[in-house]
Amino acid sequence: MLIKRRDFLKTGSLATASLMLPQFLKAMEAPGALTPNGKALVILQWSGGNDGLNTIIPVRNDIYYKERPRLGIKRENALGLNSETGLHPALTGFKSLFDNGNLAILNSVGYPNPDRSHFRSMDIWHTASPAHEYWQTGWLGRYLDAQCSGAAVRRTAGCSSSALEIDDTLSLVMKGENANGLALQDPKKLFNTARNPYFTALSGAHGLHTEETPVEYLYKTMAETLSSADYLYEQSRRKPTGATYPDNELGRNLKTIASLILSDTDTSVYYVSIGSFDTHINQEMQQKRLFEQISSAVDAFVGDMKAHGKWNDVLIATFSEFGRRVSQNASGGTDHGTANQMFFMSGALKQHGLLNPLPDLSDLDDGDLKFKTDFRQVYATLLNNWLGTDANTVLGMPFDLLDFV
Amino acid sequence: MQKLQHLLWRFGFGPRTKSWDKWATLPEASWWPKLKEEALPEPVYFDVADSAVKGLLMGVGQLGKLEREDLGKDEKKEIREKSRENIKSLNLHWIEEMTHSRSQLREKMALFWHGHFASRNFNVLYQQQMLHVIRTHALGNFGDLLRGVSKSAAMLAFLNNQQNKKQHPNENFAREVMELFTLGRGNYSETDIKEAARAFTGWGFRLNGDFVFRKPQHDGGNKTVLGKTGKFDGDDVLDILLEQRQTARFIVRKLYKFVVNESVIPDDRINWLADRFYQSGYQVMRLLEDIARSEWFYAPENVGTKIKSPVELWVGIRRALPIEPDNPEVQLLLQRALGQVLFYPPGVAGWPGGKNWIDSSSLMLRLSIPQMLFDRRDFDVSAKADDDQQMGQGDRGGGRRRFGATIDWQPVSDLFRSVPEKDLIPRMADYLWTSSTQNLPVKVLEQHTDHSDRSALVKSSMIRLMATPEYQLC
Repeated sequence: MLIKRRDFLKTGSLATASLMLPQFLKAMEAPGALTPNGKALVILQWSGGNDGLNTIIPVRNDIYYKERPRLGIKRENALGLNSETGLHPALTGFKSLFDNGNLAILNSVGYPNPDRSHFRSMDIWHTASPAHEYWQTGWLGRYLDAQCSGAAVRRTAGCSSSALEIDDTLSLVMKGENANGLALQDPKKLFNTARNPYFTALSGAHGLHTEETPVEYLYKTMAETLSSADYLYEQSRRKPTGATYPDNELGRNLKTIASLILSDTDTSVYYVSIGSFDTHINQEMQQKRLFEQISSAVDAFVGDMKAHGKWNDVLIATFSEFGRRVSQNASGGTDHGTANQMFFMSGALKQHGLLNPLPDLSDLDDGDLKFKTDFRQVYATLLNNWLGTDANTVLGMPFDLLDFV
Repeated sequence: MQKLQHLLWRFGFGPRTKSWDKWATLPEASWWPKLKEEALPEPVYFDVADSAVKGLLMGVGQLGKLEREDLGKDEKKEIREKSRENIKSLNLHWIEEMTHSRSQLREKMALFWHGHFASRNFNVLYQQQMLHVIRTHALGNFGDLLRGVSKSAAMLAFLNNQQNKKQHPNENFAREVMELFTLGRGNYSETDIKEAARAFTGWGFRLNGDFVFRKPQHDGGNKTVLGKTGKFDGDDVLDILLEQRQTARFIVRKLYKFVVNESVIPDDRINWLADRFYQSGYQVMRLLEDIARSEWFYAPENVGTKIKSPVELWVGIRRALPIEPDNPEVQLLLQRALGQVLFYPPGVAGWPGGKNWIDSSSLMLRLSIPQMLFDRRDFDVSAKADDDQQMGQGDRGGGRRRFGATIDWQPVSDLFRSVPEKDLIPRMADYLWTSSTQNLPVKVLEQHTDHSDRSALVKSSMIRLMATPEYQLC
């Protein structure tokens, strides 16, 4: 049964904080508030710059093997996708998704004038700004802004549970002008922090204020957090997933997401990170270890979604802030590069398999791959076609849409 | 009382409980002169770089090693690894200085310039050199500060000016100098950047961090920058930028946001301040004085309306409540979890500030800090990894860390010694909050404080009043 946040707030009896909720949170449920279309987007951030060339491997390409005498993955070891292309041997879960038509691969995604600093390039991916501009809001934060701006009452921090980052701290990508996503490691931990009776009493005593002063902004954020903590905790306990997930951080995080999806929370975006892919040294071991975790955790998650009939309503998208250079370095690793592939996984893909050609290794930019698809086209596609939002508002300019969803 | 709080928070890190009495008895007219006088001494150079690092970078001139290319791979690795640890010391060192120094005005302005001249550099020697430039000129002449920072190894390296050569100009340095340090976006053309970049060719630094002008790499031809033409070098371009009134306006506006108000910024006031700043030849102290001596500085819309940055919040807590953290390194984790790590700004534009500091998780953590300290509770928050800093080898700084501290309650109980118990909470709120205490939730506070004896009441009231949205503001 879907308990919408509206009903939850009306009954308001599930836990302590909701009893004291200021009025403005109830106003949040006025017409125009977020009405999820039932689709969930799960973004899986591969932090550190994954080596895309050893992820989707051009197994017939002599340049690849010449530039990577030590690191190159042999054709017989790769998981074959077609006669030209192999998948990293540790990504077995991705191979089955590929075979079932549930995986799409978009090669050579990037942006003009690529930046090779982790934080700067990650900023660009988070804010969706042009490489020469510094923006202070993230694209998913602005998605929340757009979602939350319809109602008459201005709800400064009123939509946070519709975008969740599974972590203790919130990334720039989730911060909007007026609305922010919510970071939580798991609903119980957030609930334990928030159920402090003193905070609840403070929030309750403060009451309703409409001014947009900094102190009101803080009280609103506080009340919203207490309310979301209650809501997410109570809701996630309704139908916790019984499936087995691998015992690692990503496994636990995807299990948390699964429970929230299965419990029909009003969340439409989930964000989770894994790293570090910054493999300047000993790349083979490090990338293999991370891919094993990702493959097994995603495998468990997909199985869980399928078992509950949700796989057509969930889309997983992966990205990394940049790829790595074509040539290996002298330390058994690779250095910072540029364009990279993205993976999309869902039961509802309109196109699957390899969406475009492999990178052209004979046409490089100073030893780096050239990008062919702007990552903001991908964002626009996810916003328009999956989340049902006007992408132009969120991205600030129009981009050509892709057809995979 | 509220006025003095306001002044000490905006031009420092809030009052220090031990010395509050001394301040509170002074007439208003002597507050600013006292702040100014206390900031006069030259700052002490923080020298935290490992002797091995310094040996590699500075002591090898006689071996003919002057440039980065002269270092071997292992030597570079050693510098990188030791620097990572040393920069933590530099961070903690500065936090101690902000907490204990009488030069509150200097350290507060240094924090402003540290964000303005944001630079990430993984070499501790260069970082400590640049910090010293900033602390030395924080209250002096902006032109000297701009020149000092622009010629520091940390900034030249960060903005790739070592790669800016006559044959292959790199525009990064010239772009950021105009966009972020002086004029601001939209006040120059792409051609201005290209031309200025040519003027900066040849600017570099030696292994020991000394600035060097490499004439063979310099483009000696004519350049046209902002309407002026000549065989300019980097110094000439900085002069041209300082000649622009827009530079004064840009700096004043940014500083006004830091010191006065982040959102209400009257244009006529900015113009008035900028004109005077420009005419003074960019004397920072004169500008600060114009602000501090104005009536509008104390207008209600400017008092108690600024969201403290994580560093301001933390240092302010330490000044109000004298504490010695059990494990000083937890202060680094705290900075990471709250989103402001000194020496690791999130980007070239520094920390955005204001509402950007606040989201659900950062607010709940901020509100929990006083109680965590008091209970000596574990700090159970994982901060995000930073690959630029950790080169893929770092952890997430997660796991449980003991977040306790030894709190010296004596100054607090001394300060409120003569206050009757029934007035304690309102009087303490007046001391701790700069925002209005008109809506003080007295009943809630009474219910959630420990009334078993006076000492318990003093302690629990302090902790509770700090664990409020109001205390996040200054």
